[in-house]
Amino acid sequence: MKINKIIISFISAFVLLLSTSVTSFAKVVGDKIILGSAISLTGKYSSNGVHTQNGYNMAVDRINSMGGVKVGGKTYKFEIIYYDDESNPKRAAQLAERLISQDGVEFMLGPYSSGLTKAIAPVTEKYGVPMVEANGASRSLFTKGYKYLFAVLAPANLYLDVAIRTAVELNGGKGVRIAQAFEQDAFSQDVRLGILDAAKETGSEIIIDDKLPKELNDMAATLVKVKQMKPDVLVVSGHTKGALTAIRQIAEMKVDVPMLAMTHCDAAKLSKQHGKNSQYALCASQWHKTLTYKDNFFKDGMTYAADFTKEFGYDPPYQAAESSAALLVFKDAFERANSFDQKKVRDALAATNMQTFYGNIKFAPGGQNVDKPMVLFQVMCDGAGKCENKVVAPLKWASAELIHPIPKWSKR
Amino acid sequence: MDFMVFQYPMISVQACLDGILLGILFALIAYGMALQWGVMNIINIAQGDLVILGGYIAYFMYLYGIHPAWGVIVAPIIMFFVGVGLYKLVINKVVDRDLFISILATFGISILFMQLMNFAFGADVVLANSGYGTTFLFDSAVVLPNSKIFSAFISILFAICLVIYMKKSKLGRAIRATAQNSRAAKILGVDTEKVYAATFGINAALCGVAGALISITFTIHPYMGLPYTIRSFMIVIVAGLGNLPGVALSGMGLGVFEEFADYILGTEFRIGAVFLLLVLILVYRRFKLSRKREYLK
Repeated sequence: MKINKIIISFISAFVLLLSTSVTSFAKVVGDKIILGSAISLTGKYSSNGVHTQNGYNMAVDRINSMGGVKVGGKTYKFEIIYYDDESNPKRAAQLAERLISQDGVEFMLGPYSSGLTKAIAPVTEKYGVPMVEANGASRSLFTKGYKYLFAVLAPANLYLDVAIRTAVELNGGKGVRIAQAFEQDAFSQDVRLGILDAAKETGSEIIIDDKLPKELNDMAATLVKVKQMKPDVLVVSGHTKGALTAIRQIAEMKVDVPMLAMTHCDAAKLSKQHGKNSQYALCASQWHKTLTYKDNFFKDGMTYAADFTKEFGYDPPYQAAESSAALLVFKDAFERANSFDQKKVRDALAATNMQTFYGNIKFAPGGQNVDKPMVLFQVMCDGAGKCENKVVAPLKWASAELIHPIPKWSKR
Repeated sequence: MDFMVFQYPMISVQACLDGILLGILFALIAYGMALQWGVMNIINIAQGDLVILGGYIAYFMYLYGIHPAWGVIVAPIIMFFVGVGLYKLVINKVVDRDLFISILATFGISILFMQLMNFAFGADVVLANSGYGTTFLFDSAVVLPNSKIFSAFISILFAICLVIYMKKSKLGRAIRATAQNSRAAKILGVDTEKVYAATFGINAALCGVAGALISITFTIHPYMGLPYTIRSFMIVIVAGLGNLPGVALSGMGLGVFEEFADYILGTEFRIGAVFLLLVLILVYRRFKLSRKREYLK
């Protein structure tokens, strides 16, 4: 009997504790706006998860120190509750559920990667919680009719679109012959669809269309075909591993191709890991520090990069920059809505039309940002073997001229 | 279906050579697996993770300015002790149990290793550059990265050394005796506990060598171990335990098969083709065994 009583009192104490903790975490407490985010701090996405978190934190500090968010004549500060989703979509969905129903969060920031955003979006949608995400680019996120999802980045199908169009332009407007190899995940397949669209519109022909399995880090077979068929453009997308494998094997097998376009070179730190072998590779990127967009908080890309490096000790990849931009969007929307009503904030988000250091932001009805083009940079090395990423397209922001065609290996 | 590989004979040559070089590397990992499977009756799911750990050792040497090829000497030494430590901590408790327990235990080790490596080295994909250049054959129609040739050469070298060691040394004889009949070996004065520890250590050392070679030829990542476990498992299934020439042959065969499957069926079916082959072989083996049983009746 005595033990029973102890157990019961323990349980009731625990329930009491839980109930008070729920109220203490609600959406806006005192002068704080509490945002929630499930983020990959461990597991296979942890490096990019940390970039995302650093980007969020940097923006929170900056906005708070520069006066915070003004709603209804009162000033509020941002605060974020993070949970580690272990790079696991199921866990991410559970955590979103927990953030909303237990912690009482009413506004969410996105996780890292398309896959995890896909897992969380149905949850935020169900509860009508506005979510601004910065790291889910998959096209399928924006075709489901989600009303509460907003992405500050350009959708995946636009990643390498620019590359194909540039190649066609350089070919005198005539179609080009494309070889492509894509990993079989949601993101890369979206990039592939984008290429198919671009090829159709420009009258280009796809002569090699390989799909790389996730486990594989050998693409020698594809490259042998490329050697044989001599395409005008080789497109590779398979996250960091794809980019690193492609550069290694292209250099080892001395594959000559006039244009090589990839994704994830930024995260792969291509020029750092491969040095001169990565020279001339074209990389799709959401952002580059040399772009000349401006805002009041971070000033411009170069200042952002310098401040970020000072705080975190490394050059910001675009994953960090877009994450910081997500907070700027939230602040802007809160102030325009002048309320914490989720519906009003959602409508304000939908009407967003602003410039940040990261780029212009304006959402299409599907939630994707349609006002910011992708940029292409090319890895360029000097005589001493020091390599840098230089923006080459679109021409408006180009800081260097595109080198095309890529010199043959025998002439390098 | 794409039959380009048959239209251009040079592509077939390329595919064969690529496959053989790849297969030799797989065979080295498989040999370690066959050894400890034969001696201890343990299927080590963490095999691939030991490989990746070996790769990280070479990668860190590379980061500190040492040529990663030295990894093939340093990695096995470190990995030997990792293997022995692992045996003392976990494996010795499951070594006499049934196969299922050991699979569970090593599966647990595999998950632990993945997370620890992720924690310690980060989730980035990394590689070590050997700067070995390329060999061109047949008027540049066939290209072979020297790093792949180097890995095949080192793999063969280690395999030969191991065979000689197993034949000539006292420990080698003890290992073989334990594999044949551990109880008899024990009665005859072999310290089987020590033999088991050494066997697991040698297996881990072989994984270390393979890992160092993989960091030079491919890429490494904390979660990339499983494909290596699966391939070595398959090679061992095909070759049988304790059959080194068989392991080498089936390793190369698997490599060539994979390359051709890649060309003909498309890269997306490469791994699928490997699994299909595994199923076919298992069915065939069963069929053959049942015929034998009937005969015995």
